Amino acid sequence: MTARRDVVERAETVVRGGTLIDETGERRADVLVRGGRIVAVGESIDPPNGAAVLDAGGCVVAPGLVDLHTHLREPGGEVAETVESGSRAAALGGYTAVLAMPNTEPAIDSAAVVRDVLALGETALTEVAVAGAITIGRRGERLVPMAELAALGVRLFTDDGRGVQHAGLMRRALEYASGLGVVLAQHCEDEQLAAGGHMNEGAWSSRLGIAGQPALAEEAMLARDLALVRLTGASMHFLHLTTAGAIELIRRAKADGLPVTAEVTPHHLALCDAAVASFDPVFKVNPPLRSAVDVAAVRAGLVSGVVDAIATDHAPHAPERKDDPFDEAPAGMLGLETALAVAHSALCPGASRRGDDRAEGGWVPAGEATVLSLRDLLGFFSWRPARIAGLDRRRQGDQADQGGPIVPGAAANLMVFDPTEEWVVDRSRQASRSRNTPYAGRRLVGKVRHTMFAGECVVLDGEAQR
Amino acid sequence: MTSPAARHLLSVADLGRDGILEIMRLSDAFAEVAQRPIPKVPALRGRTVATVFMEPSTRTRLSFETAAKRLSADVMTFTAASSSAVKGESLRDTVETIDAMGVDAMIVRHHASGAPLRVTDWVGSSVINAGDGTHEHPTQALLDCYTIREAITDRRDGEVPVDLAGLRIAIVGDIKHSRVARSNVLAFSALGAEVVLIAPPTLMPASLEGWPVSATGDIDGALGGLDVVYLLRIQSERLGEVLLPSLDEYHWRYGLTRARAEALKKDAIVMHPGPMIRGVEIAPEVADLPATLVTRQVRNGVLVRMAVLFHLLGSGAL
Repeated sequence: MTARRDVVERAETVVRGGTLIDETGERRADVLVRGGRIVAVGESIDPPNGAAVLDAGGCVVAPGLVDLHTHLREPGGEVAETVESGSRAAALGGYTAVLAMPNTEPAIDSAAVVRDVLALGETALTEVAVAGAITIGRRGERLVPMAELAALGVRLFTDDGRGVQHAGLMRRALEYASGLGVVLAQHCEDEQLAAGGHMNEGAWSSRLGIAGQPALAEEAMLARDLALVRLTGASMHFLHLTTAGAIELIRRAKADGLPVTAEVTPHHLALCDAAVASFDPVFKVNPPLRSAVDVAAVRAGLVSGVVDAIATDHAPHAPERKDDPFDEAPAGMLGLETALAVAHSALCPGASRRGDDRAEGGWVPAGEATVLSLRDLLGFFSWRPARIAGLDRRRQGDQADQGGPIVPGAAANLMVFDPTEEWVVDRSRQASRSRNTPYAGRRLVGKVRHTMFAGECVVLDGEAQR
Repeated sequence: MTSPAARHLLSVADLGRDGILEIMRLSDAFAEVAQRPIPKVPALRGRTVATVFMEPSTRTRLSFETAAKRLSADVMTFTAASSSAVKGESLRDTVETIDAMGVDAMIVRHHASGAPLRVTDWVGSSVINAGDGTHEHPTQALLDCYTIREAITDRRDGEVPVDLAGLRIAIVGDIKHSRVARSNVLAFSALGAEVVLIAPPTLMPASLEGWPVSATGDIDGALGGLDVVYLLRIQSERLGEVLLPSLDEYHWRYGLTRARAEALKKDAIVMHPGPMIRGVEIAPEVADLPATLVTRQVRNGVLVRMAVLFHLLGSGAL
C-alpha cells in the first residue's frame, strides 16, 4: 500500500487524444498527471521520459463519477459485497468516489462503525465516503450522535432502505441537523401505504397477482418532508425518486425556493414494471420499477433540470437469495458497472438509436423527446452529486477533489469513456461479488475505458488493475 | 416437446382458445373412461408425475394424483409440511432434487405468485401450475369451463356448445387476491363469454387495465342478466387487513342469499371453487340448490386434470 502510493507519487501519466468534458465546457486536450494531481492540460502534451500513456483517442475524458448511493454491504453482508469488491465495481463503472449507505449490520450509526468503514476504504479503488444513519439501528426511534459523526467527515445522513416513518421524529432530526453542515436524505416510503407490496401497484401488479406498492407511498412521505423543510429551513436530499408525482412535487418545491435536491437511478430511467412479468426477482427493487409513464416523467425531470443527480442504489444480493420466489427475495439491483452506459443508452441521442432499444425485459425505448447531451449526462453523474455529497472541495483548500474541472492543480480523479463502444452485459463477469444485474444479455452503447483515482490508473482498457 | 408453451401449463394464456377447446374434447373422452367398471387407462404407463405442494391443499393434490393414477402414471408426493422445506431448503434445491430422481411432470402449488414459472428455469420436466399465490390456477379454470359447458349441454338436451359465447358470467368476491379469478377471466373470455367482476372496491385489483371484463360493485343490479354466478371464498384474513368491516356485512352486501338466488334467471348456474364458507359468500340453503354445481366441479376436476396430463405428456391416441 505505501509502496503503491510511492509509485503513484513519482509516476507521470499522459491521458492523450481525448475530448475533455467538465462543468466548464468541452475541448480537445491532453492531460499530464503527476503525484496524484493534474499538472498540465494542453492541446498536445509530449509524454516526458518514463511517463505512461493512457490512450483516450475517440473518447471523452471527464471528472471521475461520484455515486451518492452505494450499498457496499460491509460490515455484515460480506457474502454479497465488500468495500473492496464494491469499489472495484465502481472503478469499472468510471466512479472515483462512492457514498457507502449505512444499512449495514451493524448499521453505520456510531463513530466506531464510521471509522471501520473509512479504514476499509483506505485501500479501495475509489474514494469511499460514508453516510450515517439518522436513527440508531435505523429503527426510527432515537437520533444517532450526528455531531460526532459529522466531525469524522460524515456529510449525509439517511435511514435508507427505510424512510423515517415518524413525522415528529423527522422534524426533530431536521432541526437538530441544521447548523451541523450536514444534509438529511430520505428514502421516501410510507410503510403503511406500501403495506407489504413487492412491486409497483398498477396494471402489471394486478395482472401478475403480486401485492403492489402504490406511487402514493413515495409521494406522501415526500410531501410530508417538503412541508418539514418549509418549517425548519433545513436542507434535504431525496433518494431514488421514481414517480411522475414525486418529480412534480420536487419541481414545485424548487420553484418555491426550498433547499432540496433529488436523485434518480439508472434502472428507474431505463426499466418499467413490465419487467416483472418474468417473475424474476432480479427485477425486484425498492422503490419498485414503475410504469412506463413514470419512466418518461423521470427522464423529463432530468432534461428539465428538476432532478439533480443520477445515483446507482447499487444493491448486491447473494445469488441464492435472488432464486427465492418474487415475494420472498430481497429487493435490490447491481448498478455501478452499468450505470453510465445504461443512462447513456436510454437518454443520449444516437446512443439509443444504435443500441438495443427493444422493449423486452422492461426496457422503455428512448423517446425522441427526452434527450440529453453527454455533458449534461456527465454532470448528473459527477460534479452535481459531488456537490451534494460535499466531496467537491475539501482538504485541498479551493481545489476540487471530486467532480471538479480538469485543470492543473486538481486531484487526478478522471474517467475515460468511449461513447461509441457497444458491449453486452455478462452476468458472470461482474466485479461485484453478486450477480443481480437486471441488464444481463443487453447490448449497451458507451463503455468506460480507463479510470484514474488519485493519479493511479485503477482501470485500464476496461480491466481493473487490482 | 415442441415450444415451451406446449411443455408447461403455467397460465391459461399458455393454452389459448384452441388449447382450452382441446382440453374440453380430451375431458369428454376421459368422462367416458370414468363410466367404465375399471376407470383407468394405460396412457401414461411408465411416466412419473410428482406433486410438489409448498402450500397445504388436500383437494387439489388428491385430484391431480387421482388423475395421474387413472392414466397409470407413477406418482410421487412432496408436501412442504413433511419435507426438507421446513428445514430451510430453497425451492430451487427442492425441485432440482426431485427432477434428478427423474420425473416427467412436476405439479407445483406455491404460496408465491410466479413460483412455477421460476421452476421451469431449473428443471427438465414439464411443469403444471396447481395454483401460485394470487396469480393463476389454470386447471381450476379449465374444470370450470368444462362444468359450464356440461351444464349448458344438459340445458340444450345434449347439444354440446362450441364454446361459451353468449353467456354472461359474474365472478363475485375477493377478485384482488384470487388466482381462480385471474385464470377464469382469461379462460371464460377466451371462450367468448362476457365476464363481469363484482366486488367491493377494496377487493378489486388496483387496475383492470387490459382485462377483458366489466366491473361493478352492485350485485343486485347485475343478477337478472347472469347465466353463471361464480362465487369466491372470502377469507377472514381480509378483516385484519381492513378490507372489509365484517363477514356479516359482506354477506349482507354481496352474499348469494335466497332472495338474490331467486332474482337469478331460472336456469342460471351457481359455482364455487371451494372450500365454500356457508353464511358468508353463500347462504346455506342456496348452497344445496340443484343450480349449485360445486360437487360437479370436483368430479370434473379429475377428468380435466387427466386431460391436461395427457395433453402435456401423452402421445398418440388414447
